[in-house]
Amino acid sequence: MAENKGILVCGELANGKLASITTELLGCGRKLADDLKEDLSCLLTSDSVGGASKEAIAFGADKVYAVEHPALKEYQADSYMQAVEKLVNEISPRAILIGQTSMGRDLAPRLAFKLGTSLTTDCLDLSIDPATKLLIQTRPVYGGNAQAVFTSELVPQVVTVRTKAMSPLGHDDSRKGEVVPTKIDIDTSKVRAKILETVKEEAVGIKLEDAPVIVCGGRGIGGSEPFQTTLKELADLLHGAVGASRPPADNGWVPEAVHIGLTGKIVAPDIYIAIAVSGASQHTAGCSGSKHIIAINKDPEANIFREAEFGVVGKYEEVVPAFTNKLKELLAG
Amino acid sequence: MPVNMIVCCKQVPDPEAPPAVFKVVNNQMTLPPDVKPVIGQYEEFALEAALKIKDTAGGKITALSLGNNFVRDVIKKALAVGGDELILMEDEAFEGGDSWSTANALAMAIKKIGEYDIIFCGRQSSDWDAGQVGLGIAEILGIPAVTLARKVEVTDGKAKVERVIPDGYQVVEVTLPALIIVTSGIGALRYPNLKGIMAAGKKQPIIWKPADIGLEPSQVGAAGRRSKLDKLFQPVKEAKCEIIEGETPAEAGANLAVRLKEAKLL
Repeated sequence: MAENKGILVCGELANGKLASITTELLGCGRKLADDLKEDLSCLLTSDSVGGASKEAIAFGADKVYAVEHPALKEYQADSYMQAVEKLVNEISPRAILIGQTSMGRDLAPRLAFKLGTSLTTDCLDLSIDPATKLLIQTRPVYGGNAQAVFTSELVPQVVTVRTKAMSPLGHDDSRKGEVVPTKIDIDTSKVRAKILETVKEEAVGIKLEDAPVIVCGGRGIGGSEPFQTTLKELADLLHGAVGASRPPADNGWVPEAVHIGLTGKIVAPDIYIAIAVSGASQHTAGCSGSKHIIAINKDPEANIFREAEFGVVGKYEEVVPAFTNKLKELLAG
Repeated sequence: MPVNMIVCCKQVPDPEAPPAVFKVVNNQMTLPPDVKPVIGQYEEFALEAALKIKDTAGGKITALSLGNNFVRDVIKKALAVGGDELILMEDEAFEGGDSWSTANALAMAIKKIGEYDIIFCGRQSSDWDAGQVGLGIAEILGIPAVTLARKVEVTDGKAKVERVIPDGYQVVEVTLPALIIVTSGIGALRYPNLKGIMAAGKKQPIIWKPADIGLEPSQVGAAGRRSKLDKLFQPVKEAKCEIIEGETPAEAGANLAVRLKEAKLL
C-alpha cells in the first residue's frame, strides 16, 4: 500500500461560499502540512462549487478537489460518504480534518469506521509529533471538566475540530494552488435515509453566531416569558441576540436553535451576558471563546463567576431591569 | 405493529455534579464517592424515544449496557421506566475502551440478540462526549443510521424522524431495521412508577462476558482500543471575576452598567 501523505480538509459551503469552519480547518491544516512538508488538500462537495474552490486556495489549500453532483446539494450521509470515501481512497491522505459541525458530527464517525481507522472528535488543538509524524489530538472530555490528548497509529488519522477553535489565515488571492476537476458518480439508489423535508425554524433578528453581543438565559430564568421581555429588551438595546443554555431549550422555553453549549451552538461574541446561568462546563464549552463574559446570578458560588470578567450577585429580576435602564441612559448620553 | 427495540445505555458519573469535584489524578478522572453514577443524559432521551414508541405501537425494549461494576439500582432504571429486558456486558476486560472497542462489542452483542427493528443510542456519552459509538455500531452492522433525532414515529416498517439541523429540522424517512441517535428535544425520561420499580427489583439482568459475544478479552475494552490516551489533564483557570456591589441588587445592576462603560466595553 502506498504511503499516506498530506492533509485533507473536508470542506463545507454556506450559501455558496466557503463556510467559516472550512477557513479555520485550512488555517490549521496549512500549519500541519508545512510541519510535515506535505500538501494541503481540500474537498468541496455540492451541486455547484463555483468560486469556493478559488477561495479555498486563497485560504491556504494547495489542491482543491471540487466534486459537483445534484445529490450533493445538501448534506445527506449516504451520498456524501460515497464522495469522501472515493476521494480518500484515491489520494490516501495522512490525516483528514472535518468540522465538528452538524455535517461533521454525522459524517466523521461513519467515515472512520468505514475506513477502519480511529477518530478523535471535537479537537481544540492539533499538532504533529516530529518523531512519528502522528497527529497529537487534544479534546475536551467530561463535559469540558478535563482535556485529553490522543494519538493513533492508524491512517488516515481522522479528526473533527471544534468551530472557532482555530484561526483562519488571511484571505490571499496571490496564493498558488490547483483546482483538480474531480468526477465522482453518486449512486443515489444507495441512499437509505431519505430527506423528505427541510424546515427552517430560525429565530427572528440577528443570527446568534454573528451577533457581537449575546444575552444568554439559563435554568434560573424560570420560563419562556422573560426571554421575550427582560432578556430581549437588553439584547435589542445592545444590538445583540438572545441565547440560552440547555435547560431552557429542553423545557421548550426557547427554540433549540438558540441553545448554546457543547451540544448546541458554539459562539464567540465580543460581549456575552450570562443571566441565571449556573455555568456548567457543558454550557461554557459553547461560550468560553467570548471576549468578555458578564455574569448575573443569585448564587455567589455559581460556576459562571469562574468564567466571567464582571459579575453581579443578585436576583436577575431585580438586577437586569436596572442594568438595562442605566445602560440606556449611558448610551443616550 | 409491535416494534422490537434495543436501547444502548451507559452508566456514567453524574455530569451535573459541580465542576469543582472533577479531579484528574494520575491520568484518571477521580470523583468523590458522593457523586453518584447515573444513566447518561442522552441515553435517557434514547430510552424515552423507545418508550414513546412502545406507548403507541407496542413492542419490546431491551436495554443494553457495557462496562464494569454496574450499580444495579442505577442501571435498572432502564427496567423501572418500562424496559422489558436488561443485558449487562459486565467484565473487567470491558473497562477503558475507546469508541471503536465499545461500538464493536455492542455490535457483537446486538448480533447475538439477533432480532430488532430499531437500535436507539444517545448522541454522545456524558463522560467522554465522543459521539461516535452509535454511528460505529450502524457501520459495523451495515444498517442505516439517522442522527440527532428529536421525534420518531414508526409506520409500515419505516421510521419517520425529525432530525435537528442548525437552523431547524429535517424530516428523514428510513426503512427498518435502522439505528437512531437521539438528542434532547425528545422529552425528558419519564419517572418510574411504583409498579415499574417493583418489577425492576424482581428482574435479574442478563450478564454477558466477552466470550458470550464471541470476542477475546484482548479485543475489548482498553486492549481493543484503536486510539491511545496519552494524557488526561485539567487546564488551570484563573478566577478573575470582578464582582460589582451595590446597596440593593438593582443598584448593583446600575453600577455594572457604569463599570462596563468605564472599561470601554460598550
